[in-house]
Amino acid sequence: MTYIVKPQFHHPSLSTNKLGFTRRDYEGRVSTLCAGCGHDSISAAIVQACFEIDLEPHRLAKLSGIGCSSKTPDYFLSASHGFNTVHGRMPSVLTGANLANRELIYLGVSGDGDSASIGLGQFAHAMRRGVNMAYIVENNGVYGLTKGQFSATADKGSKSKKGVVNSDSGIDLVALALQLGATFVGRSFSGDKEQLVPLIKAALTHKGAAFIDVLSPCVAFNNHKGSTKSFDWVREHNEAVNRLDVILGRAPVTASYEPGSLVEVAQHDGSVLLLRKVAQDYDATDRVKAMAYLQDRQAVGEIVTGLLYVDPDAEDLHDALNTVNRPLNALSDAELTPGSAALAKINAALR
Amino acid sequence: MEPTNTEAPEYFHKVVDCQWACPAHTPVPEYIRLIAQGRHADAYMVNWKSNVFPGILGRTCDRPCEPACRRGRVEDEPVAICRLKRVAADNKGDVKARMPAPAANKIGKKVACIGAGPASMTVARDLAPLGYHVVVYDADAKSGGMIRSQIPRFRLPESVIDEEMGFITDLGLEMRLGERIDSLGALLKEDYDAIFVGTGAPRGRDLDVPGRQEAAANIHIGIDWLSSVSFGHIDSIGKRVIVLGGGNTAMDCCRTSRRLGGEEVKVVVRSGFEEMKASPWEKEDAMHEGIPILNFLVPKAFTHEGGKLTGVVFEKVAPVFDDKGRRSLKPTGEPDQHIECDDVLVAIGQENSFPWIERDIGLSFDEWGMPVVDLITFQSTNEKVFFGGDAAFGPKNIIWAVAHGHDAAVSIDHYCRGTDVRLRPPPGVLVSSQKMGIHEWSYDNDISNDDRQIVPQLPTAVALADVKAEVELGFDAALALAETRRCLNCDVQTVFATPLCIECDACVDICPTDCITFTVNGEEDELRPRLKAPALNLTQDLYISGTLPTGRVLVKDEDVCLHCGLCAERCPTGAWDMQKFVIEMTHAGGAK
Repeated sequence: MTYIVKPQFHHPSLSTNKLGFTRRDYEGRVSTLCAGCGHDSISAAIVQACFEIDLEPHRLAKLSGIGCSSKTPDYFLSASHGFNTVHGRMPSVLTGANLANRELIYLGVSGDGDSASIGLGQFAHAMRRGVNMAYIVENNGVYGLTKGQFSATADKGSKSKKGVVNSDSGIDLVALALQLGATFVGRSFSGDKEQLVPLIKAALTHKGAAFIDVLSPCVAFNNHKGSTKSFDWVREHNEAVNRLDVILGRAPVTASYEPGSLVEVAQHDGSVLLLRKVAQDYDATDRVKAMAYLQDRQAVGEIVTGLLYVDPDAEDLHDALNTVNRPLNALSDAELTPGSAALAKINAALR
Repeated sequence: MEPTNTEAPEYFHKVVDCQWACPAHTPVPEYIRLIAQGRHADAYMVNWKSNVFPGILGRTCDRPCEPACRRGRVEDEPVAICRLKRVAADNKGDVKARMPAPAANKIGKKVACIGAGPASMTVARDLAPLGYHVVVYDADAKSGGMIRSQIPRFRLPESVIDEEMGFITDLGLEMRLGERIDSLGALLKEDYDAIFVGTGAPRGRDLDVPGRQEAAANIHIGIDWLSSVSFGHIDSIGKRVIVLGGGNTAMDCCRTSRRLGGEEVKVVVRSGFEEMKASPWEKEDAMHEGIPILNFLVPKAFTHEGGKLTGVVFEKVAPVFDDKGRRSLKPTGEPDQHIECDDVLVAIGQENSFPWIERDIGLSFDEWGMPVVDLITFQSTNEKVFFGGDAAFGPKNIIWAVAHGHDAAVSIDHYCRGTDVRLRPPPGVLVSSQKMGIHEWSYDNDISNDDRQIVPQLPTAVALADVKAEVELGFDAALALAETRRCLNCDVQTVFATPLCIECDACVDICPTDCITFTVNGEEDELRPRLKAPALNLTQDLYISGTLPTGRVLVKDEDVCLHCGLCAERCPTGAWDMQKFVIEMTHAGGAK
């Protein structure tokens, strides 16, 4: 843990985005996590992604549950809205916030304990309802705050730091999210920002439930031989299916690509996802094939990463519920209390 | 690129920009930390060992360290290193007991130092404790050379000179003051084992334009005039004064004039304001005292009436650039400008002058009349004679004279002992971890955001009333402490251990100035622009690790590293460590 404030001096060539902010303006307080924690790299990736999409900090709400990962919203975007909720209950609180004010951009930050154990039900329902959010799980396969017990995402057969072999099956949140109807599913690694930053940018601009599982080694309790969430293991078994570039506002595509190797996916907000294929036969717009592919590769011990599935025409919970277009706090008294005649009409309809 | 060899002393030395830029390589961050701790005497001794005249330099140094200071690359202004040195000197108390004792045993070697200025006195300081019998000659009645004669008292009180010259004369020198050497040949015939010439650049350049002879009574050579003021021979000047020249001597002349009755004092310079040789702060001080600086005016003639100076005629010029970007000054064709005045001070440069050195004693001179002197040993073509300071390579400044003195003393020591004059003793180097606890360091790594502190000054009216009243009052304790906290402790190095790194990126994420990149190796030209922040300051090195397990290397751009230690605090494996790099130049005989 570091006690001093990160110095405000920055590199003289540090650039600004369209809003005139530097990347440093998207930072938060100094992290109190263990030195070397993968979660800090994910925070840095979120900072970078928000800077790159010219996000106005006051338009983002960051919500989290309990755990090492759920502490991290304090370490980025100090100028954004934040809510540190009850353990495993981030999805409910976020769903409520989203229904009340649909104009904010929602970022849910959770961990493998928060989402795969105590909050598994909450996670499932946020995904199946299509709450418009970016849901990031910082997945280290271990309960760090309670000193290293296996979490629900630890792989069967992997070893704890003390040498205990895990006898329970691991929960694969990516497989669950696909099965539950998430309309954007990705997996990445805290040690690969080139892959992670575009995924976060795409998730934040995606309309619908966007889920990213980020493998994030716990250097204190889960970075040893026998762990399947260590830096070494993930690097050795990481198989990216594609590389993603996010093009904002229909900027012309300048890079040249091999014919057939590039897939363009246009999102609702005008952004374009450029997918450079790494695995030639992988189609990120086919949910069923994606699920089958993931199962196949997992069986041979590969960790498949990249943008695994996207439905660019997804609808979200507001569409399903046909809610009012404006945030509730922007509705006037006249709209909120339409009067006794309107009540009488409703009552009549229910008779 | 090859992995960086941090074993070579130059690598980390270059990172300590101030120390590297200092000709005497004073360990700046080290003494600034001592000042912060209130250990002024210790800070003074660190200075004294390397630059010999901390009190004098703390007021007058040309401060090559400050433009080099890393702080100046991350914000507007560097640390006020020079004025902190003065804080150490002003608050040191009595340090006599800490000075070396005169040598108990003489080694039977006799060295003459000609001139009692900074170069000679440094040679004497280094050699006397080793047992040399050092004889110092000077034409003036007091030691100090140009320090005493040319620097005005309002910048440097005489007590400071007396004390610091005294520390050296107390080492058992034979001071033969008031004794001018008129023949080097004659001196060579005496029983000296070696002779050091530190006679400076004593001749002020004159301006030979029409009217010079006729108006001679009111036209003065700047350095001679300053010296006459210094020794009390002159105590007044006309109401309207023109100072010709744009160097630091010109600034001293105009400010002295303001104190001796000059009411309308103007500095007139041939070049533009930016190209003037005077240090920016000296120009500021002059303008602060109500002295205008007029540029692009070339003196053409002195006007006079009845044998009395009436003014100076100037031709107006403008800079013109040729195809190669070289600048020259061309007349604009506008009418000449006449500026009336009662006195003129000519401060357009200084020259060496060696009429007292015979040309048949085996000592060669070059086509410009300068002695041929070896750049490393400071030895002339007469192996017994060594040069240093302005006498060696023309006018520079005090800190260069000190550096020359140290080097010449090493050579003289070798020469007298019959060892190779070219031998240079290696510097003393020590690198040690500053880790005190998990996230605790022996130095203050919490970077201060303060702006540079301003040195309090006497009110101008009071200052102008007395030519001996020191204008700068020096930092008080609170200002000094605030200023010390601006130092980035660049001598506390970021040291990387390749085998320990797990490539978790923690250091990359926390670094406030984006110095750190993990990437595939490449050639320097190709590597520099593609780092996390492009490394475009080519004077600053890249620190390259060995190849890491992913096949990448660590590249750290030293340029704007704050030495805040956050990389080391966030490193889970201790691959980064903050280690203090101490480098001390070894003086003659390994002298302390």
